[in-house]
Amino acid sequence: MGIQRSEVEKVAKLSRIALRDDQVDLFAEQLSRILNYVDQLNQLDTADVEPLSHALPVANVFREDVPQASLTADAALGNAPARTAAGFKVPRVLDDGGSA
Amino acid sequence: MSEWLDMTACQMKAAMAAGRTSSRELVAASLARIERLDGRIGAFLSTRGEQALAEAEAIDRRRASGEPLGPLAGVPVAVKDNLCTADGLATTCASRMLENFRAPYSAHVVERIVAADGVIVGKCNLDEFAMGSSTENSSSGPTRNPWSLDCVPGGSSGGSAAAVAARMVPLALGSDTGGSIRQPASHCGIVGLKPTYGRVSRYGLVAFASSLDQIGPMARTAEDAALLLGVIAGHDARDATSVAEAPPDYAAAMDAVDVSRLRIGMPREYFGEGLDAEVDQLVREAIRTFAEAGAEIVEVDLPHAPYAVAAYYLVATAEASSNLARYDGVHYGRRASEHAGLVDMYSRSRAEGFGDEVKRRIMLGTYALSSGYYDAYYLKALKVRRLIKRDFDRALEQVDCLMGPICPTAAFRFGEKTEDPLQMYLSDIYTISANLATIPGLSVPCGRTSAGLPVGLQMLGDVFSEGLLLGAARWLERARGGEGGDALGRPAILDEEGVA
Repeated sequence: MGIQRSEVEKVAKLSRIALRDDQVDLFAEQLSRILNYVDQLNQLDTADVEPLSHALPVANVFREDVPQASLTADAALGNAPARTAAGFKVPRVLDDGGSA
Repeated sequence: MSEWLDMTACQMKAAMAAGRTSSRELVAASLARIERLDGRIGAFLSTRGEQALAEAEAIDRRRASGEPLGPLAGVPVAVKDNLCTADGLATTCASRMLENFRAPYSAHVVERIVAADGVIVGKCNLDEFAMGSSTENSSSGPTRNPWSLDCVPGGSSGGSAAAVAARMVPLALGSDTGGSIRQPASHCGIVGLKPTYGRVSRYGLVAFASSLDQIGPMARTAEDAALLLGVIAGHDARDATSVAEAPPDYAAAMDAVDVSRLRIGMPREYFGEGLDAEVDQLVREAIRTFAEAGAEIVEVDLPHAPYAVAAYYLVATAEASSNLARYDGVHYGRRASEHAGLVDMYSRSRAEGFGDEVKRRIMLGTYALSSGYYDAYYLKALKVRRLIKRDFDRALEQVDCLMGPICPTAAFRFGEKTEDPLQMYLSDIYTISANLATIPGLSVPCGRTSAGLPVGLQMLGDVFSEGLLLGAARWLERARGGEGGDALGRPAILDEEGVA
């Protein structure tokens, strides 16, 4: 199964990655080839197979609910491209053209 | 003196303990070789010369005053640049996205190395966010294979592998999501081990695919790899998938391996079409060495092995698409300077910050998880993952471990596979199943091709069988008349270097 230009554009939008026109064509071709390859999984009958996300038995890990040392606000904000004294600074959220 | 760097980490420890050399001398030799050779190899993204020398001198003083020292005392170590270091060095993941990122904390494994008195000399190149098999996807340019500068070192831990192969450091850390420790170890003629999932804490490893990622040691000998594994293995509450069970004494576990009683499985699917004839021959010769010592060799089946690449590239990319959503130009990393509002800022920052392979994988993973495709792709891949795990469970009921090739070919030339991502993915065909099944896998050198390129033998075992794999690897090193890379000879680039 191939992937069309329009699907690449949709996936790029979902992925929040801006693509140039020529990149859409290239990724459509490359992703189509990869998807054709992974389609071989359909040769396998997996009707009675449970999906496996973790091969080792894992359970929720809990700890006592007591305060612990954590990063200071300055350390946590230290790599932010834009910040205020106590928070991350983001561009205007509303009125961005409705592309969300 | 550069000949100190011909020593293994274990030999360095003994030489320091006997007063024949010092940590300062070893670290200075390491930094000098990096300075002299790395312009041509490109193994390192950053080094910490002054700090490393100061740490080495502090360890020498502690030794002189008779203080107890840790198991890596004074040994130069390198770490892959997707491991967080709070020591002032950037943690870039070889991505424009993180080129200025300074981690506010260190990875668990980095803390362990420091606590063991190892001296971190620098951070190694990789494929961007560990996505690749050749280290060609680095925003800082590729690493070259010390055995042949026209060839890739493998990847994604290509910088770590090249640094060890060029004897810049005896020990390095890599990470392995689908073969990223074992495949570059094979291509560079060193030992690389991907431990059992959960054996080593992933705290502070920049996440690629969280159910597959595992940190492991790279070294010139199995004994050195065991030394570093012993330092980094063990429970850490900060990684919820970290295994509670304490690791064994790996030196004792290696000593307990009796090759004459070993049952070794050769997976039929690993010796079929696509395997280079020279690689096939070298791997079979290595397995024959075990047989001659009395090991029993049996053929086993891993019937779903041919589906591993397909399942892997859905599971790994799906997890990556979620993990890499954090790069939004808000909390850390690159933010596009020109944008029209918040969502446009996300999209432009990610377009500027990520390279093509990372974009491809995020989009493939997003597609596999998207409405209407989830069952057909992601869920299907998880079911096939179960079948692959079952294959290993059945095979490992019959034998103690499996042996086969790491990669269908020896190291390939630059640019050979960059145009066709699928061909690049297929170079991981023998390694990725271990990540899907969470079992440990090791690469140990087993010879060189007629072109002089190293080839690794892969060993796979049941969960927590690292000691068995390391012991069998050490036995092979000795049977081959040297330890690790030493039986292969030296990369020619070292002899061009002259005596310091």
